Amino acid sequence: MIDPKELKYTKDDEWVRYDGEDAYIGITDYAQSELGDLVFVNLPEVGDSVFAGEPLGDVESVKAVADVFCPVTGEVIEINEDILDDASLINSNPYGSWFIKVGNISDNVEFLTADEYDEYRG
Amino acid sequence: MKLIFEKSIPGRGQDIFPACDVPVKMPAAPLREKKAHLPEISENEMGRHYTALAKRAHGVNDGFYPLGSCTMKHNPRINEKMANLPGFAKLHPLQPAETVQGANELIADLEKMLCEITGMDGVTFQPAAGAHGEFTGLLLIKAYHTDRGDTERTEILVPDAAHGTNPASATMAGYKTVVIKSNENGTVDLDDLKAHLGPKTAGLMLTNPNTVGLFDPNIMEITRLVHEAGGLCYYDGANLNAVIGIVRPADIGFDVIHMNLHKTFSTPHGGGGPGSGPCAYKDFLAPFAPGLVCKDGKYVRAEKSIGNMTGFYGNFLVMVKAYAYLLTIGKDVHTIAENAVLNANYMQEKLKDLYPIAFDTTCMHEFVIGLDPIYRKTHVSALDVAKALLDYGIHPPTIYFPLIVHEALMIEPTETETKETLDEAITAFREIYDRIFNAPESVQMAPQTTPVLRLDDTKAAREPHLRYEFCDCE
Repeated sequence: MIDPKELKYTKDDEWVRYDGEDAYIGITDYAQSELGDLVFVNLPEVGDSVFAGEPLGDVESVKAVADVFCPVTGEVIEINEDILDDASLINSNPYGSWFIKVGNISDNVEFLTADEYDEYRG
Repeated sequence: MKLIFEKSIPGRGQDIFPACDVPVKMPAAPLREKKAHLPEISENEMGRHYTALAKRAHGVNDGFYPLGSCTMKHNPRINEKMANLPGFAKLHPLQPAETVQGANELIADLEKMLCEITGMDGVTFQPAAGAHGEFTGLLLIKAYHTDRGDTERTEILVPDAAHGTNPASATMAGYKTVVIKSNENGTVDLDDLKAHLGPKTAGLMLTNPNTVGLFDPNIMEITRLVHEAGGLCYYDGANLNAVIGIVRPADIGFDVIHMNLHKTFSTPHGGGGPGSGPCAYKDFLAPFAPGLVCKDGKYVRAEKSIGNMTGFYGNFLVMVKAYAYLLTIGKDVHTIAENAVLNANYMQEKLKDLYPIAFDTTCMHEFVIGLDPIYRKTHVSALDVAKALLDYGIHPPTIYFPLIVHEALMIEPTETETKETLDEAITAFREIYDRIFNAPESVQMAPQTTPVLRLDDTKAAREPHLRYEFCDCE
């Protein structure tokens, strides 16, 4: 079980969970609840470069399509195929449903702590 | 209601031709291996089937249709009559130029009118729709920079209140989209614009008035800044009905623009007919224009043409309809804008004591309700209000757009509605507001009177069934 308190956050409503040098990235509970029922996810491919502050892909709900911004610069080393098959997993378990795992990290956007993020979105 | 295929009875049909009484010999090659799936149904039943379908649909002919930014206005019948004249309707696109001088004259005349309206110098009618016109305009911008050897310009600036087609067109044209923030007034944030302008800027795409229905007061400075950075300015003409006959895009600094004949110029759209998104440009872009133009009785191509955007000359009969519209309205073309703006402000004024207006100021041709504060209190969403309107015989406004307004309802009454129709819609909105607080579940359960009730749009998106499966019985 992932404790949301242990994660780092961005002002664009993504979370980051470091696993050694690598990082898992997903979207926050606030983001999924604002978007509503998610129906589709677009992810980069393994081997793609991603850049801090730039879109890594997008999520589509019945209301709208929204970019998901990558909090770190690096290389995609794994993607979560499960959410490609069933985007509703992000609604039901936002902190367990990572989007991509990034390695070779060389940069990151400014992170918020869980408390800072809660206050920001409070 | 059954599908027409489900009403099909083998052997039943329509006696269009008498039965063939001579042996038919056909070579096997062009024949199908299996019979095509065609419904077999009597003419009487077929007529009823389509009448029943028409009764279940809602179009401009059925009632108010305030779908924001789509300009679902009246399509004058005389336009159809003119487009049906055999001299127009029966032309073939491969006819030699000298046999279609009337059609060429119409295209040239319409071009002149649109140049007068936009302040531009030339128009291509090739683009078949608005987004296609945007794409054409961006290719013109790209050709211009490339022709000058300026290949470092890779970015198109697009405000966050833009139509979703703008970033899509920029991507299609091979550009990177850079989003410019809106300020607290709902217009372009000048500081953010300045921060993103530079040697990489190929151009700016702007809708003015924008999707929150506001005319940018800094427009002259915006276009000046873009030009100073070496970029060009693209005007998305989707909302041209708000300013037509009053403001010319070229006069406020734009270099290229598309117009939607199927919005501003009253030709049908949304299933009612093909679109047409002519792209108008200033002289310095003319060498890159797409398609063929008729010059001195011959078809010629511009010297550095970007190529063909579509086959032939675009949707010609849509041009005929737009031409008929402009001839009908004549010098009163400015009344389109005046009535569009008046109608939108009248509705906004009559609703703003109840509904939160996203940017509470005099609007142009449309305005946006931001239902978020009401949603937070009552859990009645923009979607619920939209669905409730269906029970009043009103097509819902655009919802959840623009993205910068939460729980947005984007209302464009258009210039062709009467005060009585607007009053009825205002009454409906006010009744729904009462129900939000007194019987919220009745709004959340709406609609109750339509042929199908609330649809599960999440399920429809997650498990789409896009094909009808025929039983392969024969």
